Amino acid sequence: MSEKKGDGAMEFGVIFAGFGGQGILLAGKILARAGMEQGLEVTWLPSYGPEMRGGTANCTVVLSRRMIGSPIVDAPQALVALNLPSLDRFEPQVAPQGAIVFNSSLIRRGVERPDVVGVAVPANDIAQELGNPRVLNMVALGALLAACRVVPLEAAMEAMAHELGERGRQGLVEINRRALELGFEEAQKQLG
Amino acid sequence: MSQVSVEIPPGYQKVFGRPRALSDAPYTYCPGCHHGIIGRLIAEAIDELGIQGRTVGIAPVGCSVFLYRFYRCDFIQAAHGRACAVATGLKRANPDLIVFSYQGDGDLAAIGTAETVHAAARGENFTVIFVNNQIYGMTGGEMAPTTLPGQRTVTTPQGRDVALTGYPLKISEMLAQLDAPAYITRQSVHDARHVQLARKAILKAFRNQLEGKGFSLVEVLATCPTNFRMPPVEAQKWVTEKAMQFFPLGDLKVRDE
Amino acid sequence: MSRVLMRGNEAIAEAAIRAGLKCYFCYPITPQGELVEYMARELPKRGGVFLQAESEVAAINMVYGAAAAGVRTMTSSSSPGISLKQEGISYLAGSRLPCVIVNMMRGGPGLGNIAPAQGDYFQATKGGGHGDYRLIVLAPSTVPEAAQLVMLAFDLADKYRVPAMILGDGMLGQMMEPVELPPPVDPSSIPEKPWALTGAEGREPNVILSFDLSPQGLREMNRVLQDTYREIERSEVRWEEVETADAEIVLVAYGTMGRIAKTVVERAREEGIKAGLLRPITLWPFPYEPLRELAERVPTILTVELSAGQMWEDVRLAVEGRAKTPFYGELGGVVPTPREILSEVKKHVSS
Repeated sequence: MSEKKGDGAMEFGVIFAGFGGQGILLAGKILARAGMEQGLEVTWLPSYGPEMRGGTANCTVVLSRRMIGSPIVDAPQALVALNLPSLDRFEPQVAPQGAIVFNSSLIRRGVERPDVVGVAVPANDIAQELGNPRVLNMVALGALLAACRVVPLEAAMEAMAHELGERGRQGLVEINRRALELGFEEAQKQLG
Repeated sequence: MSQVSVEIPPGYQKVFGRPRALSDAPYTYCPGCHHGIIGRLIAEAIDELGIQGRTVGIAPVGCSVFLYRFYRCDFIQAAHGRACAVATGLKRANPDLIVFSYQGDGDLAAIGTAETVHAAARGENFTVIFVNNQIYGMTGGEMAPTTLPGQRTVTTPQGRDVALTGYPLKISEMLAQLDAPAYITRQSVHDARHVQLARKAILKAFRNQLEGKGFSLVEVLATCPTNFRMPPVEAQKWVTEKAMQFFPLGDLKVRDE
Repeated sequence: MSRVLMRGNEAIAEAAIRAGLKCYFCYPITPQGELVEYMARELPKRGGVFLQAESEVAAINMVYGAAAAGVRTMTSSSSPGISLKQEGISYLAGSRLPCVIVNMMRGGPGLGNIAPAQGDYFQATKGGGHGDYRLIVLAPSTVPEAAQLVMLAFDLADKYRVPAMILGDGMLGQMMEPVELPPPVDPSSIPEKPWALTGAEGREPNVILSFDLSPQGLREMNRVLQDTYREIERSEVRWEEVETADAEIVLVAYGTMGRIAKTVVERAREEGIKAGLLRPITLWPFPYEPLRELAERVPTILTVELSAGQMWEDVRLAVEGRAKTPFYGELGGVVPTPREILSEVKKHVSS
């Protein structure tokens, strides 16, 4: 994983944010699980309104080589924003030289900060083309892993397969694997 | 609490004695109070079923708080109204125990209504003895949830005015509406015949538990001469002339399968 | 042993089952819903009793009954529900019945909100219900520590016949971290409970009471409680110190704030500020002595809490004027970030 001295002290923090139902919490959990299986310390901290469905949701994932103090991150190295309100809210918080992966299917503007890397991923469109709009979260996670090499793509795929397996959704592993791959490739294209 | 044993001379036969489940401690209830009779009927049922070594009693808040002194079985005191929840915990933790609660009307039908109704609705397999004397005894004769319309208590000095304080709760009728309970009955101990009927009902309520039939409750109409401000004989008449008019005796639910 | 990614609520539930939990009674409330769901799913499969009660009052009294029967028993709730349980908790304490109570605190008073807060410190550590009693209060700051402390809570409760409370908050309950679960307790290693209500076959009856109408008798019962509490104070104080050896400012924080404060100490050190942390793990018994010792050589002891300063009172009792004791707190479920706390630290250091 990339190491950033200073604010994060060898820690990588990322905020996943979007509408409830976009699979934000699961994408974060899969990253956390992949990190854990790579031997890292991880925390996954959800934050959501009292509504069970339809509200806004976000979660913060921290990956570190050392014990993690705060699971709350004031300047995350990365942001995954799946809708406009999430980009509006969290863009100012991202650490300088950080990365913002945003869902360009729903967000009609680019990243405004000059000191961060913006990656526009049409997550809904890619998911739609794959035949299941719900895999947009894995498209976004794949893109994040291309922008910030915190865990290998394969580790995320494995964590995803374990996670879906435990939920009795083995049938969805393949399409989610494709989604991770396509998101990863899309981001790589943009990052050059 | 050792048992007094008297040698029976030759040619004599013991026909009546202290139930084994009762301790040697003398009752401390007021003259004419029915707790003594009801307490004895419970002990007789425990003896008859041979369950003294696995019985746990629950003493609530009220005059029956001292119940543990009078029995030779394990006992726990419960917070006011919570006996049915405590019984649930005991019985769920150890289903081999025979658990009974002994609760007054304030305890069971006012502060403990929720615990009672829900234990009954779950069909918890224990036995409840519900002593309904229409008054708070230990605290000094205040209005109970079963105080009759017009009845004088220290908190209804002009008699219970139903326009102000509503009507008595017929808890057994309420519980009889539920699906789960095995046995809901109302009895009285104001004369020898009714004592025998109450004895049978209490025995059945314990036997139901032994057989795993579920929630059984025996309501027993009782007197509190001290707080009724009546001599015991007059208090007995109160049961037949007043209480039984509002709380008719008999089985309200018997689930035999 | 492999690590599992678990929410705090789930790790607490799993650890309790591994500690030999036999009976769990609950009433639903956020933010500890996952604990209830986990128990509903797992406990019956593993030979235990799960029962959703009609109220928190009923649930704690079921705990009282099950504890009297001699089994390991537990309930969990969040602030308003814990208020309702106080009657039963007082009875459990008075009757010397061991059990574990989990409070995943939320913002209060009243209905408050479901965000993390630490406003129940007084209630947990000073008694909570009526009468002169204490609970053993354990405050985990991470998910793995929550699992460890739940196992410890059952052991301490049984050892001293004192109810133990796990005091966490919504953040600890909801967040996930890798946990290495401890192996299940061997049931035969749990000490016998000769006082339990098991039926008086072949012995004198056991009676469990929290009352004695004679003042002399009740004084004796209270003395037994107080003697037990003194013994716990001597033997069971637990805390963690981070970078206190050369510290010129020591933060005191527990639970969620304790772990955030660790990050603050790290960042302060990166900026050349000699900061340290004392994190109480037992809130009762409170680590008065270690704090007193620190106060002999550390000029500033900063309490950081998600309340208006409840633990702060204990910190000041420990320090007794030997050091400056500023306070930084947040209210209503707002959790300060490491950056915000660091700027507070900077206000109190000389350079």
